[in-house]
Amino acid sequence: MVERRPLWTFATHAVLGGGLLVVGFPLYVTLVASTHTAQELLGHFPLWFGSHVIENYARVLSAGGRGAGSAPVLRMLVNSLVMAVTVAVGKVGISILSAYAIVYFRFPFRMTCFWTIFLTLMLPVEVRIMPTFKVVADLGLLNTYAGLSVPLIASATATFLFRQFFLTVPDELTEAARIDGAGALRFFWSILAPLSRTNIAALLVILFIFGWNQYLWPLMVTTDETMSTVVMGIKRVVPTGDAAAEWNLVMAMVMLALVPPVAIVVLMQRWFIKGLIETEK
Amino acid sequence: MHKRVVFRNRVLPYLLVAPQMIITLVFFIWPAGQMLVQSMLLQDAFGLSTRFVWFENFGRLFADPYYLHTFRVTAIFSAATAGLALGAGLLFAVMADRVVRGGVGYTTLLMAPYAIAPVVAGVLWLFMFDPTVGIVAHMLRGLGYTWNHQLNGAQALVLVILAAAWKQISYNFLFFLAGLQAIPKAVIEAAAIDGAGPGRRFWRIVFPLLSPTTFFLVVVNLVYAFFDTFGIIHAVTGGGPAKATETLVYRVFNDGFIGLDFGGSAAQSAVLMAIVIGLTVVQFRYIERRVVY
Repeated sequence: MVERRPLWTFATHAVLGGGLLVVGFPLYVTLVASTHTAQELLGHFPLWFGSHVIENYARVLSAGGRGAGSAPVLRMLVNSLVMAVTVAVGKVGISILSAYAIVYFRFPFRMTCFWTIFLTLMLPVEVRIMPTFKVVADLGLLNTYAGLSVPLIASATATFLFRQFFLTVPDELTEAARIDGAGALRFFWSILAPLSRTNIAALLVILFIFGWNQYLWPLMVTTDETMSTVVMGIKRVVPTGDAAAEWNLVMAMVMLALVPPVAIVVLMQRWFIKGLIETEK
Repeated sequence: MHKRVVFRNRVLPYLLVAPQMIITLVFFIWPAGQMLVQSMLLQDAFGLSTRFVWFENFGRLFADPYYLHTFRVTAIFSAATAGLALGAGLLFAVMADRVVRGGVGYTTLLMAPYAIAPVVAGVLWLFMFDPTVGIVAHMLRGLGYTWNHQLNGAQALVLVILAAAWKQISYNFLFFLAGLQAIPKAVIEAAAIDGAGPGRRFWRIVFPLLSPTTFFLVVVNLVYAFFDTFGIIHAVTGGGPAKATETLVYRVFNDGFIGLDFGGSAAQSAVLMAIVIGLTVVQFRYIERRVVY
């Protein structure tokens, strides 16, 4: 701030307080709702926490968000974790390799590869729903972890990020390594990969959240409830207008679906912001 | 820009790009090609024969009043979502940038919704506005306003817009804040010495200097509203009531996956692809100008 104006300072904090309210209130209501019984939520909405925390969460984790028949949420959380980690690690892995090839080698069809990868930016899942589903079905990947994660692994943004970074690595480093007798793989493993550590960490954070929050893709490739992820599993328990809805259990499941990614963003703030700003450049 | 020093190897580079290329070709390029071919095919009612019909599917699509209605819904939904999320993000970023102490605390809390899946954001808002148990619906009733998004199409649209914009505030906030912090303090101090007040400094100096960020965010927010909000609409309203919240992406999914109208769905996908390509081109043309190699 350039000048000291107490009134403005007050207004600033008031607006930011309003912002926190807008962001926090829905989360607070959800947390409160997940600690009551379904009956307590009817009529006047309680503003403070109830005493059914353990009961609600235990029931959701072991028996699912809605009565009998739905898969336990614990199983869905495991599915989400496997999917998110595979997507994040896979994307980083194949992107760093392809960026390395494109920057450090001259080979026929190099630019063809580059532009093919670029094209994926223009082909989000939503644009090719039916044919992609058919490919996955033909390969026998429906209801498998491979089907959930492998098709999402191709990534233009991560490849571009590594390409940009590799272009800033000084050529002298490569020359020195070659004089010392290092081959292409040795140079990559001993010099380039360690230099890319911060980029890799930042990308892993962003991509984990990307993988965890996928919705349309798991909706298409999983029909078996024991293979569904927690984020898409929520759709199955959302009440559709009947008064007897067990909102307390639904909200407990919602909390379980949103806590892991939010925790990662808050705890790994530095990597997260770096990843966010850099992948979009 | 190219590397001066490169490695020589005939096989290795192909092995390195192979995983990325295989996945791209199998799950992106091939299905997209299929989609384009399919958009020009017409299957008879029993799925027995398929004819090549050129652009008949597209003709049918644009003659369908419901499809044009879907376009309008998408336009209103995207414009409102992007506008709300950008406005709120900018307001909070400008305020957080002014704060001397405690700025980090605000930032940490304001970025939490970024990590929340769109469908989860949708359910949070659905719960607050639920006509039976929702706390906001209760308050509105207390004020004499009846809220029931299950019957009222306009209210349903407002609900999905609020949920979609809420989730996107964090993203815009972080980018605006980064943009604001990149503006040299000297410029603002010079204006202050010349007697410009905070409002005037913002509109005459800060906002114009922020325009690259703003432009970038407009494109990103439109892409978000078009594509990433599918989960919100699918889980919260299911496109209803009476198609009041049916967006383009929701309809592609519904016609293809549920209605099994492959030709029509593929034609819609092609229209969507044209929109993405348009937005991507706009984004990259502008980035090419800004980034200096």
